[in-house]
Amino acid sequence: MTNGIEKLALRPIGRRAALIGLAGVAGTLSMPWIARAQAETIRIGFPTPLTGPFAAEANDQVRSAQLAVKLANDKGGIAGRKVELLVRDDKLNAGEAATRTLELIEKDKVHAVVGALSSAVQLAVNEVTRARNMLYISISQSDTINETKDFSPYTFHEALNPTMTTAVVAKHSFKKGSKVAYLVADYAYGHEMLRGFRRAAKEIGAQTVSEILHPFGAADYSTFIPTILASGADILCICNFGRDQANSIKQAVDFGVKDQMKIVVPVLLHNQRLAVDPEVFEGVTGGANYYWGLEETVPSAKAFNDAFRAMYKGTIPTDYGAYGYTGVASLLMAIEKAGGTEPQKVIAALEALKYDIAKGEQSYRKCDHQSMQSVLVLESKAKSAMKSDADLFKIVAAEPASESVLRTCSELGFKS
Amino acid sequence: MTVQLIAMQLFSGLALGAVLIMVALGLSIIFGMLGIVNFAHGALFMVGAYAGLYVAGLTGSFWWALLIAPVMIGLFGMLIERFLIRPLYGRSPDDPLLLTFGLGYVLVEAVRIFFGTDGIPFSTPAALRGVVNLGIGFFPLYRLFVIGVVVAVLLLLWIGLEKTKFGLIVRAGSADPLIMRVLGVDISRLWLIVFGIGVGITALGGVLAAPMRNVSPEMGTLVLAEAFVVTVIGGMGSLPGAVIAGLIVGVSVSMTSLFAPEMATIVMFALMALILLVRPNGLYGRAAPGL
Repeated sequence: MTNGIEKLALRPIGRRAALIGLAGVAGTLSMPWIARAQAETIRIGFPTPLTGPFAAEANDQVRSAQLAVKLANDKGGIAGRKVELLVRDDKLNAGEAATRTLELIEKDKVHAVVGALSSAVQLAVNEVTRARNMLYISISQSDTINETKDFSPYTFHEALNPTMTTAVVAKHSFKKGSKVAYLVADYAYGHEMLRGFRRAAKEIGAQTVSEILHPFGAADYSTFIPTILASGADILCICNFGRDQANSIKQAVDFGVKDQMKIVVPVLLHNQRLAVDPEVFEGVTGGANYYWGLEETVPSAKAFNDAFRAMYKGTIPTDYGAYGYTGVASLLMAIEKAGGTEPQKVIAALEALKYDIAKGEQSYRKCDHQSMQSVLVLESKAKSAMKSDADLFKIVAAEPASESVLRTCSELGFKS
Repeated sequence: MTVQLIAMQLFSGLALGAVLIMVALGLSIIFGMLGIVNFAHGALFMVGAYAGLYVAGLTGSFWWALLIAPVMIGLFGMLIERFLIRPLYGRSPDDPLLLTFGLGYVLVEAVRIFFGTDGIPFSTPAALRGVVNLGIGFFPLYRLFVIGVVVAVLLLLWIGLEKTKFGLIVRAGSADPLIMRVLGVDISRLWLIVFGIGVGITALGGVLAAPMRNVSPEMGTLVLAEAFVVTVIGGMGSLPGAVIAGLIVGVSVSMTSLFAPEMATIVMFALMALILLVRPNGLYGRAAPGL
């Protein structure tokens, strides 16, 4: 076996054969380059946790992102080029996400990255894209990504951030003199939401009576509830995400918490509401970036829902799903305006962009690249008030885009 | 911090202990009798909850789900024992461990394919909703019911193992299978039944947990860890050990929740590490055969 290979390797190669071979290699290598120069496909990398506890939300993100790509290709592409979405499973793991992102950049030669569904994983993706001057549209809640420490001129934050979410939710649920107890998941998301609520509560004049940190992914909340019930609070603010939200609310309700206090959450999750009976979430109030019911008042929401229904057999887009759509669609709009994928031109186009593609007017703030957008406040409906299985929430308020709910540029550490 | 709150916290801890005992029982029985470390325990717990969901959907009744689902999954467990685990008896204890580890993944993925990745609602039965005033505070009726079921299951197990002929044979079989064979007892059949009962009890735990924790393909992941902690602290394979350990862990978690809530999960593992240092075989454990 080894002998055969050695013989082959030792066989002298004639000069003519070598030349022909080289020419052939050069020819095949250069051909795709000629084809590419004409209309290279715009490739967008999309890392998201397709498996794991956030899988439901991640799959919604992918479906919405694919819709944005399909709509662009249906009208003949962007700047005359086809668009392709490269979805990768980041397994909700920062290391995995960094590796997949690196692969997308180095091997798949993507022109931009959109995605991630956890503040920590998102920061890992941001590390990679920042080091390689790669465009990145982040679509998960985070305050850190706005701060100068983690800022990249190539990163744009399409999702809401905890500061703006909690400011708006608190405005519509806390009152002066309210007594608030907090149940908070002990990791970045929970801490950032708690910080936001504290800041808003101080301004409103609400009082904190109890703060309980619970471990991420806890299965049983029964042992936290006696303290909450004994705190004398009139609002229980539960700051956690995914299954933790459904589990903790369900168990709190089992203990009769709702008879004594109102339950408020930073983000009222579409899929988690679907994971329990309507009675459990009834009356629970929380924020959202998107709810399909917005279509009654916002024309772009109607257009987005209709396109989604047409592509996915009448189903509706969800809150976190909509991020996938607005993230990819706003990027494509900017690429179109820039006339190509040259990063500096796309950055300039994104900074100048005014877009209304699903939820009303949006734009990226220049200093931290945070998307200024409306924040919804939703209340979960009673079963008797639901007109259909999808009729989950009442829109209590839709706060228009405003800098007043954001930290100022100088507060974030940017020099004006 | 009032005496009332501490009393309530203590009670919550004991109630949580009952849930933990339920979660650990199946693992403990199968290890104690068969010497198999069942890594598919968490997945079978989850499959039990889905079976409960399925039966409740068909019959419209939680009570049927509570009765039928454990039997269904218990029979399924017997199939697993007969066709997957039996060929591995007499080989290294690692073999069934690796097999059940893989089986756990297969079950989780199968449920994802057939029922989807999203969580599914499982209502608390109407008769068991609401709270009860205990004098020191309010407690959900459903959790009191779970405590009742756990006590009943433990009682049945105790009677079955200690007071019946079948129990005598099972205990003798786990002590010395070879001699039992020589005496003409069909050990294979015995182990098939014990494995089925262990898996059935695991599934019962899943159905009972469903109205408290949500039903999702990943609901068994943490359960496996909880069950191991309880079983290791109590002593692998000891029923009284599992009961005492469940209660100790429940109360430790609950008291930690009161003073340092963010440590509530870690305290279980810290407790386990401590017990392993002081009593390597657990509170009631004997040195495990063949390990």
